[in-house]
Amino acid sequence: MATSETKPKDVTIDPATGEYRVLAPGQTFKSVTEKIAGIVLTPDTPLGWFALFGVGGAGATMLLVALTWLFLKGVGIWAITQPVAWGFAIINFVWWIGIGHAGTLISAILLLFKQGWRNSINRFAEAMTIFAVVCAGMFPLIHVGRPWVSYWMLPLPVTMNVWPQFRSPLMWDVFAVSTYATISVVFWYIGMIPDFGTLRDRSQSKLAQFGYGLVSLGWRGSVRHWMRYETASLLLAGLATPLVLSVHTVISFDFAVAVLPGWHTTIFPPYFVAGAIYSGFAMVLTLAIPLRKFYHLEKLVTERHIDNMGKVMLATGFIVAYGYGMEVFMAWYSASHWEAFMMWNRMFGPMGWSYWVLVSCNLAFPLTTLWVRRLRTNMAFMFFLSIVVNTGMWFERFVIVVTSLYRDFLPSSWGTYRATKWDYMIYAGTLGLFTALFLLFVRFLPMIPMNEIKMMLPSAKITPKKTAEVGD
Amino acid sequence: MPAREGTYGLLAEFDTPSDLVRAAQQARRDGWRRMDCYTPYPVEEAAEAIGFHRNKVPLITLIGGLMGLVAMFALETWVSVLAYPLNIAGRPLYSWPAFIVPAYEWTILFAGLSAAFGMLALNGLPALYHPLFNAPNFRNGATTDKFFLCLEALDPKFDLVEGRKYLESLNPVSVVEVEY
Repeated sequence: MATSETKPKDVTIDPATGEYRVLAPGQTFKSVTEKIAGIVLTPDTPLGWFALFGVGGAGATMLLVALTWLFLKGVGIWAITQPVAWGFAIINFVWWIGIGHAGTLISAILLLFKQGWRNSINRFAEAMTIFAVVCAGMFPLIHVGRPWVSYWMLPLPVTMNVWPQFRSPLMWDVFAVSTYATISVVFWYIGMIPDFGTLRDRSQSKLAQFGYGLVSLGWRGSVRHWMRYETASLLLAGLATPLVLSVHTVISFDFAVAVLPGWHTTIFPPYFVAGAIYSGFAMVLTLAIPLRKFYHLEKLVTERHIDNMGKVMLATGFIVAYGYGMEVFMAWYSASHWEAFMMWNRMFGPMGWSYWVLVSCNLAFPLTTLWVRRLRTNMAFMFFLSIVVNTGMWFERFVIVVTSLYRDFLPSSWGTYRATKWDYMIYAGTLGLFTALFLLFVRFLPMIPMNEIKMMLPSAKITPKKTAEVGD
Repeated sequence: MPAREGTYGLLAEFDTPSDLVRAAQQARRDGWRRMDCYTPYPVEEAAEAIGFHRNKVPLITLIGGLMGLVAMFALETWVSVLAYPLNIAGRPLYSWPAFIVPAYEWTILFAGLSAAFGMLALNGLPALYHPLFNAPNFRNGATTDKFFLCLEALDPKFDLVEGRKYLESLNPVSVVEVEY
């Protein structure tokens, strides 16, 4: 491909393809182990880690304060009322869970497609998934108003003899999200077991040996174990793939099944899934670019990864653009007065500004710049772009939830929506919680799967003849 | 597990996966059966070399998935038709298309848990103690960058002196005896 675009003598470029190499040359089994295990096993935590953890922890504390007040006073402290009965809680729920989807896409779908480059980024993308689901799952629970009875959503034989109503998409959500959380945690943990074994064997302190020894379940690397392990990983990937597609589909049903202009549309499932992956890849970039810089992982998370993620975002961004286009088209083609008014109101009504924020952040800026390879491999630019897309995708959910609701069929019941400080505190609080959890992950767990990187090294190649000593 | 004493096996260390695979193939050809390879990452060729071709994880996953499917669909039907019949906008009590989604999710949930826990159970994990951890060089390398072949004492061909000689003929870095 376009070798001439970049410096031809650059060792990070594979001469055969003209693409950036997935791993920088010169890595060995030992160097990979030492690099990744060293980040976890070092007794010296970087000062910057403490600083960021302080910020994240402060956010999580603010979340705790806001939640306490919410539990004392009820959801009336939020801006939700008639006609906008779904506000920040649902916006944040959909936004967070969408972010999580890229982690599953990377760990499961790209594994099935044999995209080896995913190996460097799949562990922390999965961690991102789990922490995003933690933040997401909280919102429906606190939104029900009486979170202490949220177990009523589960099919449990309680004394009142009340059972869930399985015809409701909100009920489907309970099963989709809880299954997604469980399978993501299991997939993530299973993936880390061999690396815990490595940490157990590399660590010098008794406490670390005991702790990692316990969670490694006594992993010893027998090839029989490895083969069952590989089968189980592949099966989990195969199961997580339809799961991740179903989760955001079910979430889109929460909207699409309602007979409300702006929600009642068949484009929602694919458009939600693509949007989820779009925003999720943006979040992976937001995390990966600083991580590779601060922990000097440039040899393992290379320009190739950033470049490829940019390409995935370009593709999913266009699916999202198609979704937006279809919504506008159907508003006209349906010949429904209500649909047409909804779209006009969404674009030019009192809250029309949010639609244009969404169009500029999700379409105008990324879908014009991501074509350029030089920009896709420019770290500062990609970091900025990832923040822009994350913002845009948050506004997409804002537009879907609020601008469909605030001017409904009856003009006498029209209202508006203005978030309260509690809304903002809870949203910012989940960002803090996510940051704090992610920093704990980076400090205590192997953020890049060592065994999967080792499989990709040139020295892992089995050579048939005795003479061929592959030195690397 | 009954307490065992004496020798667990002989452990040969190799520097490269190719050396290990060749040694394992040779040992298999020479009639060794109770043996295992230990590698820092999955080496499929080594598993083939010691004659480990297929495993039962897919079957367990299938059974688990079907159980999840049946369990959820039956629960939904029982709740909606018998235990707590509700008239929701005149829809039939047995509105099976709406039941598909939770049943689908539970198929995946049960299949995934079966795959993960089935794999661990078949592997005999968790097993926090294993005689191999007694070998001085095992923990240094087995999870980092070394490749091991272990001939186990349970093999009928096993003899401490002959076995060691045999392993040394395969050009390992070292051969050590592993005790229980």
